[in-house]
Amino acid sequence: MSTQTTTLDAPGAQLVQQRIAWRTPVIYLVVGALAFVFFGLLTSADEVTRFTVSTSRDFVTISPFAVPSKLVGLVLSVAALGLAGWATYLTRERRKVPTWVPITFGGLVLLAFLVWVMAGNGNALPLTLLLTGALVLSAPLVFGALAGLLCERSGIINIAIEGQLLAGAFLAVVVASITGNPYAGLVAAPVAGALVGGVLVMFAVRYWVDQIIVGVVLNVLVIGVTNYLFSTVLTQNPQALNNPPRLPTLPIPVLSQIPVIGPVLFNHSLVIYLMYAAVAVLQVMVFRSRWGLRMRSVGEHPKAADTVGIKVNLTRVKNTVLGGAVAGLGGAALVAAGLAFTKELTSGKGYIALAAMILGRWSPKGALAAALLFGFADSLRQVLGNLGSPVPSQFLSMLPYLATIFAVAGLVGRVRPPAAEGKPYVK
Amino acid sequence: MSSTGTVVTPPAEPSRAPEDERPSYLQQVLDSSWMIILSAIVIALVASSVLIAAANAEVQEAATYLFARPGDFFGAAWDAIYSAYSALFRGAIFDYQADGLRRIRPITETMLASTPLILAGLGLAIGFRSGLFNIGAQGQVLMGGAAATWIAITFQAPVVVHVVLACLAAVVVGGLWAGIAGFLKARTGANEVIVTIMLNSIAVFLVSYLLTTSVLAGGGSRPISPPVGPNAQLPLVLGPPFRLHWGFIVALLAAVGVWWLLERSVLGFRFRAVGANQEAARTAGIRVNLMFVLVMITAGALAGLGGATQILGTDKTLQASSAGSIGFDAITVALLGRSTPLGTVLAALLFGALRAGSPLMQTSANTPIDIVLVIQASIVLLIAAPPLVRSLSLVHGIAKWTGRSGKEARA
Repeated sequence: MSTQTTTLDAPGAQLVQQRIAWRTPVIYLVVGALAFVFFGLLTSADEVTRFTVSTSRDFVTISPFAVPSKLVGLVLSVAALGLAGWATYLTRERRKVPTWVPITFGGLVLLAFLVWVMAGNGNALPLTLLLTGALVLSAPLVFGALAGLLCERSGIINIAIEGQLLAGAFLAVVVASITGNPYAGLVAAPVAGALVGGVLVMFAVRYWVDQIIVGVVLNVLVIGVTNYLFSTVLTQNPQALNNPPRLPTLPIPVLSQIPVIGPVLFNHSLVIYLMYAAVAVLQVMVFRSRWGLRMRSVGEHPKAADTVGIKVNLTRVKNTVLGGAVAGLGGAALVAAGLAFTKELTSGKGYIALAAMILGRWSPKGALAAALLFGFADSLRQVLGNLGSPVPSQFLSMLPYLATIFAVAGLVGRVRPPAAEGKPYVK
Repeated sequence: MSSTGTVVTPPAEPSRAPEDERPSYLQQVLDSSWMIILSAIVIALVASSVLIAAANAEVQEAATYLFARPGDFFGAAWDAIYSAYSALFRGAIFDYQADGLRRIRPITETMLASTPLILAGLGLAIGFRSGLFNIGAQGQVLMGGAAATWIAITFQAPVVVHVVLACLAAVVVGGLWAGIAGFLKARTGANEVIVTIMLNSIAVFLVSYLLTTSVLAGGGSRPISPPVGPNAQLPLVLGPPFRLHWGFIVALLAAVGVWWLLERSVLGFRFRAVGANQEAARTAGIRVNLMFVLVMITAGALAGLGGATQILGTDKTLQASSAGSIGFDAITVALLGRSTPLGTVLAALLFGALRAGSPLMQTSANTPIDIVLVIQASIVLLIAAPPLVRSLSLVHGIAKWTGRSGKEARA
C-alpha cells in the first residue's frame, strides 16, 4: 500500500532506494492495451469516421474529411502503447515521467475512442462544436473549483460550492430579468455567492461548527430557498422575473478567426474570458504573491501564521467570502446562455467542482484541467446523444464520474489537503 | 446525546468569557441539549414563516398599504402562516378535521416517511462516528432498491421468504456499492467524499439504463419497473387504511442493532477508535484499512435496506428517481441526531413529519413543499451552533435577564 519506504538509520542506508511506484505505468499499459483491442482490432476494416472542424468565420475553411476507422484507431492506440512503454522505461530507470506524457496519452486514447464511437456513423463529428461545448460546460466547474481552493487553502472546507453556484445563478437570472441587462446579472451573482460564503465562514469561525456540516446544510438551505422562491414568486410572474437576456458573445478580433482554436477559445461571452483571467491570476497569486503565501500559511499552520502577525480568522473570512463570490460568478456562467431558472439548476455541479478541485490538487491550473475533463465528457455526451452512438447514453453520462473514480484511485491516490483544513483556530 | 469528538460531531461550544458566577438552575436547564434543540426548531419555524408570509399574495397586497393599515398586513401574514403550519400539523401528526380512525393516519404517514431516513441515517451515522464522510447514501439507497426490485419481479417464492430474500439482496448490493468506496480508500487512499459522490451519479445512470433493459423494465415505453408482487411486499402493520408497513419496525430494530454495534461490541469500538484517532488506532493494532471497508459495507447495507423498504413497502415500483432525496436528507438526519442511533431515529421522525405533512400544506394552504427544505436546513444549522440559538432565543434571553437581576437584588 505504501508507495515508498523511507531510508533507515542502519549502516549502508544510502543503498536503500525508494521502491518504484509501478501503479501509474501499469495503468497506462492496461488502458493502452484495451484501446488497442477495442478501438483498433475490433473495429471493422471498411468503416470510416467523418469529422468536421471548420466554422464559416475562419480564415481558411477546412472541408469535412473522413478517415478509415480501423487504421486510425490502430495507429492511435499503438502510439499510446508506445508512450506507455516509454513511461514504464522511465519509471524503471527511476526517472521522472514528464507532465506532457499523461496529457498526450489521454488525448491519444480519447481520439481513438472518438474514432471508434463514430465509426460507420453517417453523421460527421463536429470537433469544434465538441470542444467549444466542453469549454462552456466546464466554466461553472472551474469557478466552483477555484472557489473551493480559495477557501481550503486558507483552512475552511467549502462543501457549499453547490449552494454558492445555485444562489449566484438565481440572483443572476432575477437581476438580469428585472434590469434587462445581462451584465447586471453578472455583477449580482458574486454578491449572492459571497453571502453564502459569509454565512459559511460565520458559522465556521465564530461558532466553531464543523465546516462539513455547515456546507452540506447550506446547500440544502439554498436549494430550499431558491426552490421556494421559484415556485412562488418566479412562477407568479415569469415574464418579468425569470426571463433573462443572453450574455452577448464577444469574439476577439483576428484571434477568433483562426481555424479550430479561434471558435473554441476566443469566441465567447465575457464570463469565459473572466474565467481565463481568474485561473491565470490565481495561479500566480496563490503561489507567487504575499497574499497567497499568507493564505497558504493560514491553511497549513495557523499558529505559526499567527505568531508572525497574520490575522488567521480575518484571512479565513476574507478568503471564504471571496471564494463564495467566485463561485457565484460560476452560477452566472451557468445561466450565461440566457437560461431561465429552474429548480436545482446546478444539479450537483458544485460537488463535481469539489472533485475537480481535489483532482487538481488544490491548484488553479490543476482545477482547470480537471474541470475541462468533466466539461469535455459532458459535451461529448450531448454531441453523441444528437448523432447517435453504439454506446447507451447512460454509459456516456457515467463516463466523467467513472473517470474521476479512476483518476482519484489510480493516479492521484493519497492527495494531501491543506493541513489545518476544517479545524477552527482558537488562540 | 454524548458526542465522541469525531469528524462531524460539533466541537464543544466556545467557552467565551466565563461569567464569574455559576449560571442559575433555570439557565442550566435551558442550556441542556434538549432545550437547544427545541429552541432551534421554534426559531427555524419562525424564520421560515417569514418566507411563507412574504410569498403570500394577500400579504404582498396588504404590504402595499402597510403604513396606512398595518392591521391588515399582520392579519394577512398571520393567516398565511397559521394555515400553512396547521396544515403541516394536520398532515404530519393528527388530523383533527377528519373522522374516526383517519385522524391518526397522519402520524402513521410520518412513520412511513421516516423509515428509509432512519435506515440510511443509521448507516451514515456509523460512518461519521468512524471518521468517514459518506455522501453516498443516495446511490446506496437506489442500488439497494434496484436489487430488491430485481429479486421481487424476477423470482417467485412463498410469502415471507420472498420479501426476506429481496431485502437481503438490497443489503448485499447496497453494502457492496458502498464497499467500493471503502475498498478504494483502503487500497489507494482515494478520498471517500469524491468516490461516494461519483458513485451516486453512476448509480442513477446505471439504474436508468437497467430500467430500459429486460432486467428491470416493465415492458412499457416508460422507464419504470413492473409492480412488486404481493409476496414480495412488506406486510402492513395496522391494516388497509394505513400504509405503515413492517419496514418501520425493521428500522427501529436496526437502530437497536446499531446501538449495540457501536456501544457494546468490539467491532464498534474499533470503528469509533478509528474515528477518534486513526494514528492511535493503528498504533493500537487496529487494522484501520479493514475498518474503512467494513464501515462502508455496514453503512451501505443499512442504506440499501432503506431503499428496499421504500420500494417493497411504499412505492411498489422502481424508477430512476425512486431514491428521491432520501440519501441527502439522511445526511442531515444523521448530523441532527449527532450520529447516535436514538438521535438519528428522532431526527428521522422529525424529517418524516415534515415530508408527510408538506403535501397537505401545499394543497390546502398553497405553500410550496420546498419550504420544508428551508425548515430542515435551518434546524440543523441552528442546532450546530448553540451560542447562536441562545442569542436568538427569547426564553434564554429572559432567563439570563432574570438571573442577573436576581443576583443584583441579593448583592
